[in-house]
Amino acid sequence: MVNIKINNTDVTVEEGTTILDAAKTKNIKIPTLCYYPDLDIKSDCRICTVEIAGEKGLVTACSTPVREGMEIKTNSPRVLNARKTITELMLANHDANCTACEKNMNCELQTLANTLGIDENRFESVLEMQELDTANTSITRNPNRCIKCGRCVDVCKNVQGINVLESMNRSHEMVISPKYGKYLSDEDCTFCGQCSSVCPVASITEKDETDIVWNALDDDKKHVIVQVAPAVRVSLGEEMGQKPGSIVTEKMVAALKQLGFDRVFDTDFTADLTIIEEGNELIERIKTGGKLPMMTSCCPGWISLVEQKYPDLIDNISSCKSPQQMFGALAKTYYAKKQNIDPKDLFVVSIMPCTAKKYEAAREEMSVDGKNQDVDAVLTTRELGKMVRQMGINFDQLDKVEFDDPFGITSGAGAIFGATGGVMEAALRTVSEVVNEKPLEKLDFETVRGLEGIKEAEVDLGGQKVKVAVAHSLSKAKTLADQVKDGTSPYAFIEVMTCPGGCIGGGGQPYNTTNAVREERIRATYQVDSDMKIRKSHENPVINKLYDDYLKKPLSDLSHDLLHTHYRKRNA
Amino acid sequence: MEQKIVSKRFDAINPLSIDDYLESGGYKSLKEALKRDRINIIEEIEAARLRGRGGAAFPAHVKMMGIAKEEETTRYIICNADEGEPGNFKDRQLMEKDPHQFIEGMVITAFAIRATKGYIYIRGEYDKAYSILEWTLEEARKKGYLGKNILDSGFDFDIELRSGAGSYVCGEEFALIESIEGKPGRTRVKPPFPTQKGLFDKPTLINNVETFANIPHILEMGGDEFAKIGTESSTGTKLVSLSGNVNNPGVYEVPFGVPIKEVVEKLGGGSKDGRKIKMVQLGGACGPIIPEYMLDLTIDFDRFEDFDSKTGAGAIIVMDERFDVFDVLLRVAEFFEHESCGKCTPCREGNLQLVKLVEKFINRKATQKDLINIESLARVMHQTSLCGLGQTAPTAILSTLKYFRDDYLDLIEHPEL
Repeated sequence: MVNIKINNTDVTVEEGTTILDAAKTKNIKIPTLCYYPDLDIKSDCRICTVEIAGEKGLVTACSTPVREGMEIKTNSPRVLNARKTITELMLANHDANCTACEKNMNCELQTLANTLGIDENRFESVLEMQELDTANTSITRNPNRCIKCGRCVDVCKNVQGINVLESMNRSHEMVISPKYGKYLSDEDCTFCGQCSSVCPVASITEKDETDIVWNALDDDKKHVIVQVAPAVRVSLGEEMGQKPGSIVTEKMVAALKQLGFDRVFDTDFTADLTIIEEGNELIERIKTGGKLPMMTSCCPGWISLVEQKYPDLIDNISSCKSPQQMFGALAKTYYAKKQNIDPKDLFVVSIMPCTAKKYEAAREEMSVDGKNQDVDAVLTTRELGKMVRQMGINFDQLDKVEFDDPFGITSGAGAIFGATGGVMEAALRTVSEVVNEKPLEKLDFETVRGLEGIKEAEVDLGGQKVKVAVAHSLSKAKTLADQVKDGTSPYAFIEVMTCPGGCIGGGGQPYNTTNAVREERIRATYQVDSDMKIRKSHENPVINKLYDDYLKKPLSDLSHDLLHTHYRKRNA
Repeated sequence: MEQKIVSKRFDAINPLSIDDYLESGGYKSLKEALKRDRINIIEEIEAARLRGRGGAAFPAHVKMMGIAKEEETTRYIICNADEGEPGNFKDRQLMEKDPHQFIEGMVITAFAIRATKGYIYIRGEYDKAYSILEWTLEEARKKGYLGKNILDSGFDFDIELRSGAGSYVCGEEFALIESIEGKPGRTRVKPPFPTQKGLFDKPTLINNVETFANIPHILEMGGDEFAKIGTESSTGTKLVSLSGNVNNPGVYEVPFGVPIKEVVEKLGGGSKDGRKIKMVQLGGACGPIIPEYMLDLTIDFDRFEDFDSKTGAGAIIVMDERFDVFDVLLRVAEFFEHESCGKCTPCREGNLQLVKLVEKFINRKATQKDLINIESLARVMHQTSLCGLGQTAPTAILSTLKYFRDDYLDLIEHPEL
């Protein structure tokens, strides 16, 4: 243990602890900017600078380990002046038109300037306005707001292993930009949006579609329906000021009703449908000697990675569309017909924890009539939060409202799609019961849950031991994909989610997502599951009715037309 | 006044001839070293109290001992020959005029710390030195001073020559390491230090050319004997790059403790055409600018540190009365504004603002507030920048604020009519 003094308070911490972490143990707040929990220590911004007695220079609290007897001042006039100066330097090269910014009142730079009490900038503006990157359907980059903290580069390179963002050039001409091209769409970007999630300012954001949705809601001729992904109900609360892990399903439905949606449906329903289709696809592949391991297809970032970097693995990917796109296809066919609505008057909106879902909805395959997209607009959890605030809804005071029929009756299996390992667990609940023809003794497959990067399980399918694996974050996905490519994969079925923690940690989720927050959202997700009456997809009565009335049977011709798709090699 | 140790063979031998080097006593220290206990070699360096000649003046044996104690057995040794500091050209002479000397020092050091591979990272503009080193390394290999089983000792060690591409910051140890790794030249956060996790994340010793050049001599004369040269805090000799308005610019080797004035007057032959010397910049662009009356200052690492200058690489740039302080400051500020790697905020954004503020003074648009601002900014950059570049970029400004403050005040108080 090491004994130090911070602002004259005695602190005892383990050797190797940074000054920043040591200060946290005594609730001493040292402001940070490039620092982000769970990411690498960069110490580039120099904001967390502190003074150590006897040392001439200042040191950064995030990167400096404590030493015995160290006396630290976190708030001396010298420190404060340094922090102010550094912040002013950033502001002098930043588009500080705050009221025209998505992150106004939610911006780390603004908060910093405010707490430091910066009332004027001593330095003249050196900002040279650059062109925005709006060339893709998911993510907008505004280089004029970038403060070069490097969080996005770190998450793209080290967490996702994708490495499309890089610090280019030097001195004040340094920019963080796509590595080889001008736009993100010039690169092998999967549009996972993790960069937007960690950006302290609004330099990288989701492509805003709220105006499109407001216009559709205002159009009397349009029947506007909405589907909400499993992960949104355990995270929207944070947008509304609640604690991480708050479950807000019914209030969320109520809010969507107030926003004016004609029907509010649950993507959990098509998650159940995915399990039936995908589960049967897996059983068929195992029985008929089809391509194994089968790999999940729910996640568009993962699909992009395979199409760009692992085209040899395309046949390993389940042909099932994602729950979002199964919903879109059913809405524009089955639902439109049932409601007697011309599909072109039907406007389908999704609320997703994800930026890549915007890209997925815009893929040319995702159109049952070949003319209009099945899903017309995709909003992130953050964009839904924005609309609720724009509408002036008092979220906490809302009455509880249930999802609408018919796509509102769902199972716990669909609900856990939001957490890493959830698709695997949901599939195992159904596949093992179908194959083994007897009910499971225990529904919880705990070995595939949690934040461990790669998780494994072994299941008994009709006397055959089958190994399965789950990966989340693309760097971990690449580990499993490389095994498949090399022919060394011991697994029959692999679930992959692009984002750390799965969809609950998606790139479109509320800001300040850390592993601690992910844990809370995961806990809430399994709470939703265990509270459900139905917990297996094949026991969802509405799914069974859908097959009886319309699709006939899993993997039927109509199922293939509506619920399955194909992939192809793509180059940026 | 000169005391030639590392420059003793300059112009006395054919630098391309390994036989000349051997005849003048070269590789004798290596032969002896290979018979010695490795830790004992480091202790010899410790006794010599050798400090790094690249500018930071860090005790050489501390780095060596640090690596010797690491568990990792893959260890690298790098010679920092990226002599990019304006006004410095002594490493160039060490490489061009006696190239085997520092290579011998590298091999001895490598043996002592069990390094598995060496690199020489040479400044991109040093074409001639590059060619000489290519030749020299090959000669050393042929004669068994490099490569497998050096002089039948069982010790394997070879050196790869790498050229920079013109970036000043690549002389900074971590930027240099990144550059060798094939990445953009930007520093890394410390700790871990290079001796813990350096090149390819392995323990790495980086020394300046002159530091390595001293090693064979320390082993030859003994650490205690070496420590008798120079001063208490700075032992041995220093190669000084003398330039500017003097009659005899060039590289001179003097023991530590010699006053700058004597170097300028006796070795440099005084100022050109007998003009009055106005100021001298020490160390290079990153060093302090001091007025003529301070030239009694002695060449000594600790004395230089009094100027918040970490750079004792040994440049003396003499400027006579024709020079204007602000012309020099602008040139220096623009240099750093161009060379900043862009990684940390104070250096990336601060250097541009320093240029703007200096221009404001030059254009007689500066106010009392600007005087306060430039001083505050320079201090913050010095105290908070991530690496030596940003920390020393404002040194010239800070020193002139101290010694040429009137020049600033003149520009404020007498706005152009």
